[in-house]
Amino acid sequence: MNRRWYSAPYLVWSLIFIVVPMLMVAFYGLTVVGEDGSFIFSLENIKRFFTPLYLGVLGRSALYAAISTVICIILGYPAALILSSKDLKHKSVMMFLIVIPMWMNLLLRTYSWLSLLENEGLINQFLRFIGILGSEEYIQFLYGEGAVIFGMVYNFLPFMILPIYSVMSKMDYSIINAAEDLGANKFNVFRKVIFPLSIPGISSGITMVFIPAITTFAISSILSGNNVNLLGNVIEKQFGIGGDWNFGSTMSLVLMIFILISMFVMPDSEKESQGGLII
Amino acid sequence: MSNAIIELKNISKSFGEEDILENFSVEIARHEFVTILGPSGCGKTTMLRLIGGFETPDNGQIFFDGEDITNLPPYKRRLNTVFQKYALFPHMNVFDNVAFGLTIKKIDKNIIKEKVSEVLKLVNLSGFEKRNIDSLSGGQQQRIAIARALVNEPEVLLLDEPLGALDLKLRQEMQLELKKIQKKLGITFIYVTHDQEEALTMSDEIIVMNNGKIQQKGSPIDIYNEPENAFVASFIGESNIIDGIMQKDFLVEFAGTTFECLDKGFDDYEFVDVVIRPEDIKFDKEKGKIEGVVNSVVFKGVHYEMRISAADFDWIVHSTTMEPVGSRVYLDFYPNDIHIMKKVK
Repeated sequence: MNRRWYSAPYLVWSLIFIVVPMLMVAFYGLTVVGEDGSFIFSLENIKRFFTPLYLGVLGRSALYAAISTVICIILGYPAALILSSKDLKHKSVMMFLIVIPMWMNLLLRTYSWLSLLENEGLINQFLRFIGILGSEEYIQFLYGEGAVIFGMVYNFLPFMILPIYSVMSKMDYSIINAAEDLGANKFNVFRKVIFPLSIPGISSGITMVFIPAITTFAISSILSGNNVNLLGNVIEKQFGIGGDWNFGSTMSLVLMIFILISMFVMPDSEKESQGGLII
Repeated sequence: MSNAIIELKNISKSFGEEDILENFSVEIARHEFVTILGPSGCGKTTMLRLIGGFETPDNGQIFFDGEDITNLPPYKRRLNTVFQKYALFPHMNVFDNVAFGLTIKKIDKNIIKEKVSEVLKLVNLSGFEKRNIDSLSGGQQQRIAIARALVNEPEVLLLDEPLGALDLKLRQEMQLELKKIQKKLGITFIYVTHDQEEALTMSDEIIVMNNGKIQQKGSPIDIYNEPENAFVASFIGESNIIDGIMQKDFLVEFAGTTFECLDKGFDDYEFVDVVIRPEDIKFDKEKGKIEGVVNSVVFKGVHYEMRISAADFDWIVHSTTMEPVGSRVYLDFYPNDIHIMKKVK
């Protein structure tokens, strides 16, 4: 028996649910509906996308996603470093705490932040209770870009920690011993050995945070009360209220190509020792 | 200045419940090739890691050239280590690996270049500077690991079973090469291994360890010819170890017969271990003190290895001549080939 056949179920699956939909997106994206209801090949929607309005939305989405990715690295890298240290006690408890939010649906997690952060929410009530705020005062946490970025960081942080942790915990400890033996103090061991060797983990962490962040629409619409419109929200509206599937597809297509390009700009995990960007 | 470059004084070290070293003391002489030999779990690697600074002792002190270095971190110690699995930096090429220690010390780039090429020449890998680590064979990686340590000109080089992963022929080549390098540089090598042949080939001095204790310390010849106890005798080379009774000074009884020997100072009628090397057994078809039968003969290249049953004991005998299986032979021993050892309680 040829082993290639074992992959047949997955191939059929990906054909039906990945390849065909992608082709449909490409088809819709590069056509417009004519007056008689037929599809006409046209780059009109592409042109429409490359206008300040939509480019601005793309730019904002990319900026928010980039900011949350950077915050995730700043928070997640030290966490992964600590988690991977050999003599850490209660390691499994900590891993559990990081993973457990992922067991819950993203929408539920995000909605629960609503009830914590809203103007009459638990946190404001608590601040009133301990006297930091007066009885009628509140801090407006929600409905702005800060809340959206917070939501992204909260939801995607584990996807930064886990790949970095997995690379670091596989690191051969004798390499670190060797660096110390050759005269490197703790800082130099980190700078010259641990950090360069953890770059593949950071790369996949960036991929796993940046892509869901740039495409999200749930987090932005829930936590900003539809004040902040990211590309995900705009696309969603084209398929929903807007009813323009063709333009929705065009935007999806452009977004996919944008993501592909940004992944190529990422530090390549194979050439991580150079530390530079390759295009 | 004493001749000891490294001294361990009353060192204790345990991991969890397990005591690895207890009240352990040893001195390592300057400029020598010293091998720590023992079975796995005897504490030899722990001892090396204590000297390297990767473990701190629970008790006791470590001196380097008379200076207490017990609490000094590894990067401040004037010694370098060659690790068991090479531990090369996978993200650097050969040059950057070897230059690592010098770069940390911020030495002038041209001097680094010179020193790296010098040390690569020493390990026979000239011109390998630009190569990637994973393009090297195991033997080459090991040479790079040695070069990376030596380029720092340490006064002591620690080697933790560095040849364990190499095949026999390469290992033998490297043994001779290491010995040559040590002689040329004149620095102290502390070499940990469980391979007795390796220890005998390279060392000026061997320290045999078992269960966290030194069993014997001496030159390879002394340790082979005059093992102090049955453990050393059985660990270094093959031995026949048989129960005996010391009749009086210079007279021992075993295998149902009494033999003259060179040992004294035991109690009369003390139970002892009698150790006889396989190559020290005289065997003859006609005469000898004990009579036996050849059970098996194996050709080993230079010699034959025979198993001979005699006096309820299975003797291992090495000889360049042999008698066929089933032959009747007589065994005898010269007094200086009979080694008497106190029973280990």
